[in-house]
Amino acid sequence: MSFFFEVLIGGLLAGVMYSLVALGFVLIFKASGVLNFAQGSMVLFAALTFVSLTERGINFWLALLATLAIMVVLAILTERIVLRPLVNQPAITLFMATIGLSFLLEGLAQGLWGSQPHGLNLGIPDDVLVIGDMFISTFDLYAAGIAAVLVGALAVFFNKTRVGRALRAVADDHQAALAVGIPLKHIWAIVWAVAGFVALVAGLLWGARQGVQFALTLVALKALPVLILGGFTSVPGAIVGGLIIGASEKLAEVYIGPYVGGGIENWFPYMLALMFLLIRPEGLFGEVHIDRV
Amino acid sequence: MIYRECGQFKTSYGSDQAIFPIPQDRWGVMLALLIAFMVIPAIANEYWLGVILTPFLILALAALGLNILTGYCGQLSLGSAAFMAVGAFAAYNFELRLPGIPLLLDFVLAGLVAAGVGIIFGIPSLRIKGFYLAVATLAAQFFIEWSLTKFGWFSNYSSSGVITAQKMVILGYDFDTPLRKYLLVLSIVSVLALMAKNLVRSETGRAWMAVRDMDVAAEVIGIRIMKTKLMAFAVSSFYCGVAGALWAFAYLGTVDAQTFDLHRSFQILFMIIVGGMGSILGSFIGAAFIVLMPIFINLSAHALFGNAIRPDLLSNMELIVFGGLIIFFLIVEPLGLARLWQIAKEKLRLWPFPH
Amino acid sequence: MTLKKVLVSCLGAAVLGGIVAGGGAVVAQSNEQFIPMLSYRVGPYAAGGTGIFGGFIDYINLLNERDGGINGVKITYEECETEYKPDRALECYERLKNSGPTGASMFNFVATPPVYATMDRTLEDKIPVVAIGYGPAYTADGRVFPYIFPLVTTYWSQNTAKIKFIALQEQCLAQYPDLEGKPDRAAQCFEHAKKGELQGDGLDKLKGKKIVNLYHDSGYGKETKPILDAQAEKYGFQVVYIPVPHPGNEQQSQWLQIRREKPDWVILRGWGVMNPTAITQAARIKFPADRIVGVWWSGAEEDVVPAGDAAIGFIAAALNPAGDQFPAIKQIEELLYSKGKGNMQDPSRVGSVYYNRGIIHGVLNTEAIRKAQEKFGNKPLTGEQVRWGLENLEITEARLKELGLEGVMSPIKISCADHEGGAPVRFHQWNGKQWVLVSDWIATDQSLVRPLVEKEAANYAKEKNLPIRDCSKES
Repeated sequence: MSFFFEVLIGGLLAGVMYSLVALGFVLIFKASGVLNFAQGSMVLFAALTFVSLTERGINFWLALLATLAIMVVLAILTERIVLRPLVNQPAITLFMATIGLSFLLEGLAQGLWGSQPHGLNLGIPDDVLVIGDMFISTFDLYAAGIAAVLVGALAVFFNKTRVGRALRAVADDHQAALAVGIPLKHIWAIVWAVAGFVALVAGLLWGARQGVQFALTLVALKALPVLILGGFTSVPGAIVGGLIIGASEKLAEVYIGPYVGGGIENWFPYMLALMFLLIRPEGLFGEVHIDRV
Repeated sequence: MIYRECGQFKTSYGSDQAIFPIPQDRWGVMLALLIAFMVIPAIANEYWLGVILTPFLILALAALGLNILTGYCGQLSLGSAAFMAVGAFAAYNFELRLPGIPLLLDFVLAGLVAAGVGIIFGIPSLRIKGFYLAVATLAAQFFIEWSLTKFGWFSNYSSSGVITAQKMVILGYDFDTPLRKYLLVLSIVSVLALMAKNLVRSETGRAWMAVRDMDVAAEVIGIRIMKTKLMAFAVSSFYCGVAGALWAFAYLGTVDAQTFDLHRSFQILFMIIVGGMGSILGSFIGAAFIVLMPIFINLSAHALFGNAIRPDLLSNMELIVFGGLIIFFLIVEPLGLARLWQIAKEKLRLWPFPH
Repeated sequence: MTLKKVLVSCLGAAVLGGIVAGGGAVVAQSNEQFIPMLSYRVGPYAAGGTGIFGGFIDYINLLNERDGGINGVKITYEECETEYKPDRALECYERLKNSGPTGASMFNFVATPPVYATMDRTLEDKIPVVAIGYGPAYTADGRVFPYIFPLVTTYWSQNTAKIKFIALQEQCLAQYPDLEGKPDRAAQCFEHAKKGELQGDGLDKLKGKKIVNLYHDSGYGKETKPILDAQAEKYGFQVVYIPVPHPGNEQQSQWLQIRREKPDWVILRGWGVMNPTAITQAARIKFPADRIVGVWWSGAEEDVVPAGDAAIGFIAAALNPAGDQFPAIKQIEELLYSKGKGNMQDPSRVGSVYYNRGIIHGVLNTEAIRKAQEKFGNKPLTGEQVRWGLENLEITEARLKELGLEGVMSPIKISCADHEGGAPVRFHQWNGKQWVLVSDWIATDQSLVRPLVEKEAANYAKEKNLPIRDCSKES
């Protein structure tokens, strides 16, 4: 039985790591109604920039600030060059722009900093907490704590601040938001900067586990079922979705996997999300959209 | 002046209902086919035929399939590569287990198997919409890739899950050189593209577009949603399945399930987005852009800066330029490259008096 | 609108110009031997690509710079970016196969899928494909695959050596039980083995042991299953197969399964990001890193550095040892890097595992050309002629010493029937800073591998209706 709980807890903690990546998607989706295909590349770009700066002898906090500054500049440039000419275009056009952006960022990150994988030590202890005969990773606990703080801050940001409310208005309708006097260009730059920050946090935590390397772009794949389950527009949804996906995929792999040859982790979360969606087609926390003719 | 609809009178229902009602269009398509069938084989070398044009045509076919589903029927899919995989493995297994089966029948059967699988994964579309529907197709993508790797029967128990496509022979004629393979692929793609062109303006196609624009409204005016959506999934998967079979038989020769991974699905999605949603021509333009552009950038980069820039930097520059080009074209024309062509046509209509 | 027009037309002109220039760029001179470089310098596997092709190109430049090529024939190369995608690789193959005065000498994809995709084409194009340390194992049967050369050691052969290495460790532990759990166990056992103190090869000690084969869930990962099963049956150990779905950046459930299985050893058949993830996850279930034995695609600096301290003690197969102490590599640093002509963006990577693997690529490719020149004369050779050179390639200890690369690989001999050479394998351990060798060259078990190779090759020949060459008639 304790093995079951070990798998469950491990899965829940892994789920938090998925949620971290999913958060970045949710932010952009809320602001522009678009799945940001470049989110994975942003994770890579942020983490690679940070780790390359620290390897050049720059102090940890200074490097963090510098990386943040670079992500903000990137956000402003994205808004200026890519998004502003595309105001009021259909969502699919913006989606396409993020595809272009992802190629650009991947080339830029590797061109600037090289393609070498880097080790990353955040100073977070990666020990094992032994409870009974269960092993729980302290690193994952810290990561979960960081994620909780991040989500709390974002929830406050969206629901309590002017910018947050303006952001939700923008997501509904660019033109209407502009008409009521919401400064679209600022809002977009802010959202992309915040998404860049979330990407940096996700990149650092994932990077500490698997190294900072190109494969960081692939963590986006882990976030997709989370998004679908939790709803594209909900910050708490991303967390709950992550927990459900994380726990169930681990349990499935350990208990069902061996009977069918294993390796079912890649498709199981999608099947699970599908089941949920058949019951609730907007995702768990997604906004219910009523079609009118 | 060069191009004008006005003044071209249709005198029979037949001429009014032709696939290309305007003679200029008709001649244009004829000319394009003539060039593709006669001129290109005469001037292109094996390199162009074998590894540029053949894969371009096959991926254009897959993009066409996805465009039917996404561009015409409005159902987003991220599983096109999985349906290609089904087609490839089905074609292989039919050849293997039914020796002597005619090649074209084999491809049709492979397409039908893919269509069947497509219908199964299309069922959730009756309830789920938009980006959320992507989950059903992603489930298809990962589940199919996994089963083809996991169950040895599909790959005839080869130790690494790789299948080697059989020889392509039609009526004793062996399609073994790049030229012959190109012609075979071109014929299949042309026929299927014309069929698609015809299909999207038929009752089925109009129903698809009605569902795409607003499915509730479509239901209200009496379109049967279930039949329409599942039909779109079936036709789209059929096209992808045939494309997958061609990818295995006419291009790579040896494939495994990982040949058709999520990246391929995304690549096909990029094609229709860049080329133009809801446009047959857009599928071809998009495929050309996504498949050929990186190669052209690679060639030009080597020619221009070959020895001046570090090779690592050069490779990354290619990525940057490719991403930049996508963004650039978007800003010039947000509705995809096919729209640029439409604008060109409209300009030609007015030329030489634009105002 | 006008600005847009201008921009579009500029762009069109640039692209067109590029194509025209690209078409006309390949102007070859007569006394040159052309080797295409199908490198991948972007994407998830770029670390391997830049290292291997960097070493390969540096070695060729060294020959050109120091000796003026091979017997006076200058070696040229052209790079083509494949991004590790089989379709891009195929495009590069077709683009470059006729470059140079005599066409491409041979192709090195450093990726398995394009090897599969070109198996048939090689017969027509008559250009050999060289796959050093990868590729389908059954292509080692040169009677069926005259143009494919999975040189040095295939995955199957490597796997037999891996089991022998594990047996050796078991033997050592049986004799010196106090070494159990010591961080320097493998190094101590190596010392004992060097002194000849180990009594036997330990293969009898494998009985009843449990080995987990943690593999990348793909064709590459699955490939060693037949040989592992055969060995398990022969030596009486138990194998548990646990697949890791691509890309392998999340392995919690797999390692929890391993925790439940309590195996004696774990074989890691990883690739890319799967390796550091596996190593960090192992630390979380307190599985000792020195009981994980990796394939050589998990045994480079790039695989362990990202895992940090968790990787200390991790053991992997070595196609080649790391280090820049070899005279030839010293010469590369002197002749190329001091003049800024080196290929590596980061010169500190010279002498890394991937880099030295690139050097081996350079040696085997150029020595094959040299061998072919013995028969066909010191002039640019065709792929067909180079194929003869590959098939009759023999690299002796003395020759390696002459090349200034003694110890970077073991001597090998290729023949018509055996395109592999079945070269022995060494194992090295990561100490947190560098890879340290912890075994001598361990011979592969060809008595197990060869029948499997012949069986699979015969199947392939039958399916494809290919002739089987009679090697006694080859000269």
